[in-house]
Amino acid sequence: MATTEKAPVLVVLQLSGGNDYLNTVIPYNNPLYRDFRPIVGVPEGDILQLDDEVGLHPSMGSIGAMYNQGKMAIIHGVGYPNSVRSHFRSMDIWHTCEPDTMGTEGWLGLATRELDPHQDNIVTAVSFGPSMFRALVSPGVPVACVDDLETYGLLTSIAAQEKRAKILNRFAQTYAPMVGTDSVMSYLGQTGLEAMQGADILKVAPERYTSNVAYADTTIATKLKGIAQIHLAGLGSRIFYCDHNGFDTHANQAAVHPILWKDVSEAIENFFDDLREHDAADHVIMLLFTEFGRRVRDNGSGTDHGAGGVAFVIGDAVKGGQYGEYPSLKPEDQTQGDLAPSLDFRGLYATILEDWLGVDAKPIVKGTFEKPNFL
Amino acid sequence: MAHEDIALMAHLMRRAGFGASREELEARAAKGYEATVEELLHPAAEPVDRYAFLRYHPGFWKPITSPGMGSAAWFHTLLNTQRPLEEKMVLFWHQVFATGQSKVDHWHELIAQVDMFRERGMGNYRDLLVELAKNPAMIYWLDNCDNHSRAVNENWGRELLELFSMGVGNYSETDVREASRAFTGWTIAMAPPRGYYNRWDWEFEYIEEDHDDSEKTFLGHTGRFNGEDIIDIVCQQPATAQFLARHLYNFFVADEVQVPAWQVTPPRDPEAVETLAQAFTASQYDIRSVLRVLFLSDFFKNARFARIKSPAEVVVGILRLAGGAEFPAPGIGNLAKQPSYMGQDLLNPPSVEGWHTGSEWINSGTLMKRINFAADVLGDIDRPGIRAMVERIKAQGDLSPEAFVDRCLDLIGPLQVRPETRQQLVDHAREEGTLSWGVEQDAEISRMRVGEMLQLIASLREFQYC
Repeated sequence: MATTEKAPVLVVLQLSGGNDYLNTVIPYNNPLYRDFRPIVGVPEGDILQLDDEVGLHPSMGSIGAMYNQGKMAIIHGVGYPNSVRSHFRSMDIWHTCEPDTMGTEGWLGLATRELDPHQDNIVTAVSFGPSMFRALVSPGVPVACVDDLETYGLLTSIAAQEKRAKILNRFAQTYAPMVGTDSVMSYLGQTGLEAMQGADILKVAPERYTSNVAYADTTIATKLKGIAQIHLAGLGSRIFYCDHNGFDTHANQAAVHPILWKDVSEAIENFFDDLREHDAADHVIMLLFTEFGRRVRDNGSGTDHGAGGVAFVIGDAVKGGQYGEYPSLKPEDQTQGDLAPSLDFRGLYATILEDWLGVDAKPIVKGTFEKPNFL
Repeated sequence: MAHEDIALMAHLMRRAGFGASREELEARAAKGYEATVEELLHPAAEPVDRYAFLRYHPGFWKPITSPGMGSAAWFHTLLNTQRPLEEKMVLFWHQVFATGQSKVDHWHELIAQVDMFRERGMGNYRDLLVELAKNPAMIYWLDNCDNHSRAVNENWGRELLELFSMGVGNYSETDVREASRAFTGWTIAMAPPRGYYNRWDWEFEYIEEDHDDSEKTFLGHTGRFNGEDIIDIVCQQPATAQFLARHLYNFFVADEVQVPAWQVTPPRDPEAVETLAQAFTASQYDIRSVLRVLFLSDFFKNARFARIKSPAEVVVGILRLAGGAEFPAPGIGNLAKQPSYMGQDLLNPPSVEGWHTGSEWINSGTLMKRINFAADVLGDIDRPGIRAMVERIKAQGDLSPEAFVDRCLDLIGPLQVRPETRQQLVDHAREEGTLSWGVEQDAEISRMRVGEMLQLIASLREFQYC
């Protein structure tokens, strides 16, 4: 179990759309890779070789550097049995750990409940994105849902500060608990006040922030910067969640995939540089995952939905290296034309839950799964 | 015109539609409540022209895969329709027969499905079910294209009984199987595979050779049933009348517990549900007849503010009230995504069970989105609907803080608030004194104060109800 003096923090960066495993962590010495990827295969000379068997996509230079420093774990062949190749359904499964039924509670919502059972800190979990991710949902657990940290808050369309303050004050009074209100009104009251207090707590983050790191001008870098600002403001947030969309590369993958990874790698480099500058990196790890990998054979322009994928965990506390087995590309080993998952994602979650966040994994992931020991 | 007439009409229009301006409320109240209910059931207005939207957004014709693109066309109809109950029923059936883009991955077919709900949603329920069974999006969604006489797939057969008609506990696993067998061969005609940037239209096809024509025993009846026969038997079941009645109660009258709990939790008003169920059976499954009974009933008229608005009702209601969003300006795609930020991604429900409704629409993220959206729109005093409200307030001359607050609550609804809440609003208004219009500067300030008061009202807990 990894230990740090400061409370361990988890950042999840969801790669939405189904990131292509084969072109991200490339089995360049496997002749089947070239056979199956005549059009979409990454040119040999460009691949960033990590060892004799695999290399990274050329756009992932910054992340490759982290691997070489021993700070990145590559988790091979993650997935679950009977892969669903639907974006939303598969993502739901990753969020709720319920492959067979309709889950409504997220693994990190449940984890937040364990970390802060009395809701002493309503910004324990922070979600960056216009909607709340199901991974963070658990009835009664407050989650701060931020889209733009600079403008986050209630009634932010009221520009005049003094006027807004007056209205928010009035808002708080109308939402105050009152004897005789029914349960739904009480719930509305509590939720409204939490939303307001959460916004009040978080708004100091950009105000307190100074840094020498210049983040790239991309949406993902902006999100990670927001996360950094909240983390560095010392507000006690333990779980951050954001996503980057666009990985559904059915067509034109050679043009699109490199840009996605360039933006993501750069943003992650900015993020960890920023944290390191403030001596706040050692107790933070970042998980990158996607809802499924993509088909082994390309479709002439891109790749279609697959099954087994790759995940990464990055951080000072991570025992760098490769975990699990690269699934076989041989046709007889594939599952319906896709890489057969070799490691259940719930084992990956279990490692993070138990060995990082210090909460019991079994009730959250609903079972016992093989834990890759990257922590 | 009596205030209670307006209040009752506002209640009807919020439930049977998406609210109404004061002008519309007065016009409808003048015609009378019963006449209005009839007009809602048989609307006279022309339907919204889909091409009024498409000519400005040709890219939304058979849109491809981006979120929000598919529902923009429907959103335009929601904002513009003058046949509100018909459109409310589209939302109703979309919730009950929840079919989602996440798997169907074919916006055109989902739009065609809701178009079918618009055409048939207030007609005969039995005919609607048959159309649903033949609907390509539904066939794909519930895998009936994989339902073969030699390899039965029970997904559609099960959900037809569990979610679309009778509800859990009213049939056996054998019934599910037999129903599924009856629907073998009900499939989608072969279509070319998808292109990179297009999808081909789907058509229903009945493949006789793939249909299991042999004898089946379903809910105690025996015969060589085909799909329509199953639907006929299902419609005859008292459980179907009860289940549908409860759904209509939940959607139009007052929030019930979530559907999965219906097997173990009785309705909050069993008599009301029974009344609606009887209307269903007596009319031979005519939805209009049930709706008529519902809207004319006392249990409906008395159920003021007994539901938490769905995100669609929040967004569409506020935009229709404030005005200015009728024309499909650039950005309508973004507007169409607003309900998804509040938890309701139209045409993409999380599963065939639809959304969790009532208080479960609310969490700290969605509540903030609802409040911010409402405040953003209602604080924009240049919008036509807001200007109309300001004019009505101005026409009353100078107003005391109490009168000012009451006038705003009246025009935004009328909205009922608790005495403590009203007192807070009055205290807020009192800080700036009388609302006066005499001098131009005063009028300018007063206009802003009206906008601000509407924003404050939109942020209230009470405003989350309808």
